[in-house]
Amino acid sequence: MILNQGHAMSHHLLGLEQLSGDEITAILDSAEQFVGVGQGASPKRDDLKGKVIVNLFFEPSTRTRVSFGLAARRLGADTLDFSPSGSSTSKGETFLDTAKNIEAMGIDAVVVRHQSSGAPLLLTRHLAPRVAVVNAGDGAHEHPTQALLDIFTIRQRRGRIAGLTVALVGDILHSRVARSNIHGLTKLGARVIVCGPTTLVPSEVASWGVEVAHRFDDVVPRCDVINLLRVQFERQRGSFFPSVSEYASLFGMSGSRLKRAKPDVLILAPGPINRGVEITPDVADGPNSAILEQVNNGLAVRMAVLKRACVVTQNGQE
Amino acid sequence: MNTILLRNGRVIDPAQNLDTVTDLWLTQGRVAGTGPQPHLAADRVIDCTGLIVSPGLIDMHVHLREPGREEDETIATGTEAAVNGGVTSVACMPNTEPAIDTQAAAEFVILQAKRAGKCWVFPCGAVTKGRRQEELAEIGGLVAGGAVAFTDDGSPVESAEIMRRALEYTKMFNRAVLVHAEVPELTKGWVMAEGAVSAQLGLRGMPAVAEEIMIYRDIALAELTGGKVHILHVSSAGGVDLIRQGRARGVNVTGEACPHHFTLTDENLRSFDSNYKMAPPLRTQRDVDAILAGLKDGSLSVLATDHAPHAPEKKARELDQAPNGIIGLETFLPICVTHLIEPGHLTWPQMLAKMTINPASVLNIERGTLKPGVVGDVTVIDPDTEWTIDISKFKTKSRNSPYHGKRVKGRAVVTIVGGDVKKCELG
Repeated sequence: MILNQGHAMSHHLLGLEQLSGDEITAILDSAEQFVGVGQGASPKRDDLKGKVIVNLFFEPSTRTRVSFGLAARRLGADTLDFSPSGSSTSKGETFLDTAKNIEAMGIDAVVVRHQSSGAPLLLTRHLAPRVAVVNAGDGAHEHPTQALLDIFTIRQRRGRIAGLTVALVGDILHSRVARSNIHGLTKLGARVIVCGPTTLVPSEVASWGVEVAHRFDDVVPRCDVINLLRVQFERQRGSFFPSVSEYASLFGMSGSRLKRAKPDVLILAPGPINRGVEITPDVADGPNSAILEQVNNGLAVRMAVLKRACVVTQNGQE
Repeated sequence: MNTILLRNGRVIDPAQNLDTVTDLWLTQGRVAGTGPQPHLAADRVIDCTGLIVSPGLIDMHVHLREPGREEDETIATGTEAAVNGGVTSVACMPNTEPAIDTQAAAEFVILQAKRAGKCWVFPCGAVTKGRRQEELAEIGGLVAGGAVAFTDDGSPVESAEIMRRALEYTKMFNRAVLVHAEVPELTKGWVMAEGAVSAQLGLRGMPAVAEEIMIYRDIALAELTGGKVHILHVSSAGGVDLIRQGRARGVNVTGEACPHHFTLTDENLRSFDSNYKMAPPLRTQRDVDAILAGLKDGSLSVLATDHAPHAPEKKARELDQAPNGIIGLETFLPICVTHLIEPGHLTWPQMLAKMTINPASVLNIERGTLKPGVVGDVTVIDPDTEWTIDISKFKTKSRNSPYHGKRVKGRAVVTIVGGDVKKCELG
């Protein structure tokens, strides 16, 4: 596999496709120690003291960017934010030139979000091997830390992943969260059901070792976990479904649908949620929802990922 | 003066059904004949023992980029690359800036080619003014300026009405319309072929039917009008079938295959390497097999490269931002030998026909044969030499090739254009 060519690349996190089940479990285990770090009585740590981590976000993001920044600072790293607005990319500088300029400032890791699938991989080919690249979402390809925090949250609530039935609901075609979740969950032994309108579930998905369904009502009672993908209005380029209300009636998680689910079903949503579209407010704020735990767990998972990225780099130099 | 003897080579000229070991004589820039020519005295003798002597290769699908994008290629560098690859004639596409859509523009291309002095350049003219898809370009003027075919390559002719009229109008000049087959509504924002790989990588795909629908339309319009239509860079199994069916019905349609479409697949895009990105995109092994079958049964009668140079800084972009296309002139022959001759898909005469007389007849140009009296264009091929492709040695201005480092067989060792030896690697 081309992704594993060359010098020590193992410190990068480009996607869950390249990781083994054991490697994913190792990151989840590592994340356990970081839950709550820097909050309340739990002090900040200095695992990454002296490290410089750059947030390089070429696509609008608030939650992921803030989460990575906070995770880095709570481990003692110095961080800097770079987003294209007000920077030189608006003056025509290319993605690679921008990245190389930031690299020249002597950084240890770069957290990259980009609208183009494959952009983080491109960075690993052009930046010095000592710089770790962490994918914070590339096009519709992968969003590994989101999937890791989803899986971490499931494991936290259920104590395991293997044997659980997890549904990913909605826009699979444009969803990097779905792709990363499918890789991660199947590697850890979950049964994955992908459910959405036929226009947004490519027929090839059936070959990924998942079950494909289009009738949400049939799927709901079978699930231990239901992960409601956000309808990405900004990525829609045509008429994938006739109206938001029709989408909500066919694929939205409402209180009445919840009644048909297992009593302890876990409801996840990567957010930011469109209330009333993928999920109704009563479900989002109800006892089955783990949406806010996901946000908090996101910090712990990203601390684990950043530590893995920077510390392996250090070993590589020794 | 200037008489060349190519001695004792395997002379293959598909136009004459010729395949025999003999001598070939050139004099005064033209072919004198084969066998003994007692009235001629050679100024230069090239020993072709063990080598193949072919009519000069024609690549009828080349982007020379001049005028307007000289950072990618110029007519001088592109024709130098052609000679290096054993190609003696290129037809260049009109999607330049400005487009080749007037007599003056066509004449400029031919003038620049003469100044460069490397190989023959036959300009293709745009179908529509400025390639804007609104009204026909001045096709008569373009013909007067030397244009040999018409195409909006890079884009399809979107309007069926304009395509119909183009096919009718070009009949007056006995010129073909070359089709870049793609239904634009089905290909918005595409990065690669639609299929299992695009779905996995989260990249927008172009479905094969986008090509097939347009091929069907343009074959139907050729049938309606009696015009001559040539389908460029066929990439899909369905497209090959449509051409096969059209030809069986007697429609004046020909089809072209590019080396990348029968040697690479969409699986290569897993590397996110923009050197695997081109239009039309790489498809599946099933499509590769169908293109090979089409080459074998003659449905695809032309081999051409779609040589599409892009400066390195343009290709070193994110995959969806990088431009489409790869260079091809200097890998044309060895890739075809390695993937068509070596596995036994085609014989040498079959393959060389698709690189000589067949494109010459699509373009209606007097090239592609070694008949006595024709322009003395010859390519001498070493069929057995094995070598490794090294893009740093290329003459083209760009470096966007996915074949760098590939081990190949077969090489153009002598290129003669109009009786002038432009390249000679023999001692």
